[in-house]
Amino acid sequence: MPLVKGGKIVDDSFVKLAVDTPLPEGGDILVPAERFVGEADVLLKRAGKVGVIWPNNRDIDELVPYLGKVATVALVFPTFRDGRAYSQARLLRERYNYRGDLRATGQILRDQFVFMLRAGFDSFEVKKQADAEAFMQTAKRYSVFYQPTGDGRITALHRRMQLRHSEGVGT
Amino acid sequence: MYAYDEIDRTLVNERVSEFRDQVKRRLSGELTEDEFKLLRLQNGVYLQLHAYMFRVAIPYGTLATNQLRALAHVARKYDRGYGHFTTRQNIQFNWIKLAELPDALADLAKVGIHAMQTSGNNMRNVTSDQWAGVAPGEIEDPRIWSELIRQHTTLHPEFSFLPRKFKIAITASDHDRAAIKIHDIGLKLIRNEKGETGFEVLVGGGLGRTPFIAKTIKHFVHGRDILSYIEAILRVYNQYGRRDNIYKARIKILVHELGIEKFSREVEEEWQHIRNSSLQIDDEVIEDIRSRFSYPSYEKLPHMPDELRQAAADPDFEAWRKNSVAPHKVQGYSIVTISLKPIGKPPGDATAEQMDALADLADKYSFGEIRVGHEQNLALPHVAKRDLPALWKALDKLGLATPNVNLITDIIACPGLDYCSLANARSIPIAQELTRRFANHELANLIGRLHINISGCINACGHHHVGHIGILGVEKNGEEVYQITIGGRADEGAALGTLIGPGVKFDEVADVIEDVVEAYLALRERPEELFMDTVKRLGVEPFKERVYATR
Ligand code: HEM
Ligand code: SF4
Repeated sequence: MPLVKGGKIVDDSFVKLAVDTPLPEGGDILVPAERFVGEADVLLKRAGKVGVIWPNNRDIDELVPYLGKVATVALVFPTFRDGRAYSQARLLRERYNYRGDLRATGQILRDQFVFMLRAGFDSFEVKKQADAEAFMQTAKRYSVFYQPTGDGRITALHRRMQLRHSEGVGT
Repeated sequence: MYAYDEIDRTLVNERVSEFRDQVKRRLSGELTEDEFKLLRLQNGVYLQLHAYMFRVAIPYGTLATNQLRALAHVARKYDRGYGHFTTRQNIQFNWIKLAELPDALADLAKVGIHAMQTSGNNMRNVTSDQWAGVAPGEIEDPRIWSELIRQHTTLHPEFSFLPRKFKIAITASDHDRAAIKIHDIGLKLIRNEKGETGFEVLVGGGLGRTPFIAKTIKHFVHGRDILSYIEAILRVYNQYGRRDNIYKARIKILVHELGIEKFSREVEEEWQHIRNSSLQIDDEVIEDIRSRFSYPSYEKLPHMPDELRQAAADPDFEAWRKNSVAPHKVQGYSIVTISLKPIGKPPGDATAEQMDALADLADKYSFGEIRVGHEQNLALPHVAKRDLPALWKALDKLGLATPNVNLITDIIACPGLDYCSLANARSIPIAQELTRRFANHELANLIGRLHINISGCINACGHHHVGHIGILGVEKNGEEVYQITIGGRADEGAALGTLIGPGVKFDEVADVIEDVVEAYLALRERPEELFMDTVKRLGVEPFKERVYATR
C-alpha cells in the first residue's frame, strides 16, 4: 500500500507489529494501541522510532501522556464510511496540540484526502496506487472552506470579512 | 433572498467538478459501485426502482425565480418534464441518467443551487419555516441562522461520515412550521431576559422505524455559541452513535439509550472545550450574512384594498383565499400558499411549465421569491393584497389554485412503490383516491383542518407518525396492508399518532378514512372543534369502534 507524505509517495520506514510479534532489534515500528500502552516503557527505550496504531473506538485521552514520545500516530478507517477517526485527529491536533506525524490507515481513497488534510492528517496509507498518484491534484480540489479547523485554512466567513475591510465597506 | 458571492459559487463549482470526475471514474470502472455509492449519495443521487433519482437542496425552502426556472430546465432537459417537491425542502427528479448528472449539476450551479449532502450519512439540507422573514411575530428571520449553519455543515471535514444521516431544522415562531421536534437537532430562535438572541436546542427527534419526539437539551444557547454547541452534539454522536446496526444508528437512539441527562452532560463537557474557540461567531459575521439577504421594498398599502373587497363576492375566490392566504407582517401584504395537491394527482409534483409560469408570477407578484414547505406545497411570500384576485386567476389557469391547503386533500405522501426501491406498498394511488373521495370542497371545508400523511414503508418519508391521520403501508404475506394512526402532529405540540387497530387492505383504505372522518363529524362537540381536538378529548376508542365494528 503506497504511503503518501508531504504530498509525495514515499517509502514506509515503519514495520507494523501485531500484538504478539517479537520485538525487532532496531528499526521503526508501529504498534497496536493495547500493546503500546502495556509495554510503553520498553518500547520507547529501544533504538528506532515508535508509532502507535490507535483504533477509532478507543478514547484518545489515553494516548495523551505519550504524545511527546511517539513518532507517529496512525488512526484507523476500517471503512471509508466510518468517520470516527476524523474526530480523533482533530482532537489530537487542536485540543492536545500534537505536532508529530498523523497517519491515516485503513480504507483510504482519494475522495477523502481533502477531509483528512483538513482534520489534520499528514500521511496516508492509500489503498490504490492510482489514488496515491492523484494525491496532489485531489488535495487541491477545493480552494474554499466553510469551517474553521486546526489546519489553519482561512474560512469563507473570514475571507469575506477581509474582503469587506479591504474594500472599505466594513460595518 | 440570500445572494451567493464568489466564494460560495467557487465552492459549488469545485464540487461539481469533483463529482464529474467521480462519475467518470465510476463509468470507467475505476470506482466500484460500493465506493461510488457513498459519493453519489453525498451528491444527492440515489439508485431507485427505475432509474437514478436526483435530489436537489432548497436550503431553508427559499428559491429565487431564476433558480426555479433552472429546476424547470433540469426537469425538461434531463428528466421527463416534472419534479417532485418533498417534505425536506428538496426537489427530486426521478429519471435522470448518471452520465448527464454532472451537466445537470453544472446548470444548477450557475444559479447557486446544489445537491450537496441531500443524502448520505452527513449533515443534510438545513430546513426552516417556509414563512421565514414574513410571518408576523417571529423573533427574527431564521434563515440568517439557517444559512450560517448551512455553510458550517457543508463539506464539514469531521462530520461527513457520521453513523447516519443528520437533519437540522430551525424556526423563529411560536407556531412551528418547520417540524423541529422530529429532527435530529431542532432549533427554536428565542430571546433571553437580556434581550439577546439565542436558541432553545432540542435533540433526538425523528420518525422512521423508531419514532421519537425531540427533547430539549438546553433552554438557551447564545447565538454566538450555536456552532460550537452543534459541533459538540455532533462530536458526541460521531463518537458514540451506534454503527453496528443501521436501524439504531440515528442520534435519537443514542439519546434514548444514554438518557437525555447523560447525553447532555457529555455534550456539555465537550462544549466547554470548544465554545471559546474560533467557532464563536461575532456579530460582524452574522451581520455579513444578514446583509446578503435582500428584502423587498414594500409599499405602504391599505389593509383592505378595493380589489379584494370586490373579489370577495366571488365564492370560488373566497374559498381559495380562506385557506391559501395568510397574514403577512407588513400591512397590505399576504403570504400565499400554492397547493401542489390537485385532486387526483400525486402530491408535490410540478411540471416544468408550471415551475416556469410560477417563476413569472413570483416576479410579477412576489418580488421574485418562492418558498417550499415541508407539506409539499409552495408559497409566494410577499403578495400585495390588491394583487390577490389577479394572482388567483393566473394560478387557476395553471391548475395551481386548488382551494385545499390544510384540508383533508392536502395530503403529504412519499413516492412509495411507484418509485421507491424500499417501498412495501403504494402511497401515491392512496393519496389520489383520497383526494377524489373528498374532492367536494363543501365537505372538506366542513371537516376543517385535517392532515393526512402517507408513507409506503416504515422509513416514514411521508411523516405518517405525525399525520392527524397517518397511513403506513406495510407488507403482509405478499400483500399491501395499511396501518392507520390518529392524533399525530408535527407542529409545536408535536405528537406521535396512535394505531387504531389492525391494518387494512389497499382497497379498504379510503373507506376506513371516510369512517374515521364520519366518526369525527358525529363526535365533535361543535363545528369549531377540530379533528385533533376531538381525538385528544376522546382518544382512539370511538374511532376504533366505528372503523372495526363492521369489518
Ligand atoms: C424515493 C426515494 C427515497 C428513498 C430511497 C428514501 C429513503 C429514506 C430512508 C431509508 C429513510 C429512513 C432513514 C432513517 O430513519 O435512518 C428516509 C427518511 C425520510 N425521508 Fe426518504 N426516501 C426517499 C424519498 C423521500 C421523499 C420523496 C420524501 C418526501 C416526500 C422523503 C422524506 C423523508 C423524510 C422526511 C425522512 C425522515 C423521517 C424521519 O424523521 O426519520 N424521502 N428516507
Ligand atoms: S417511506 Fe419508504 S416507500 Fe416511502 S419514500 Fe421513504 S423509503 Fe420509500
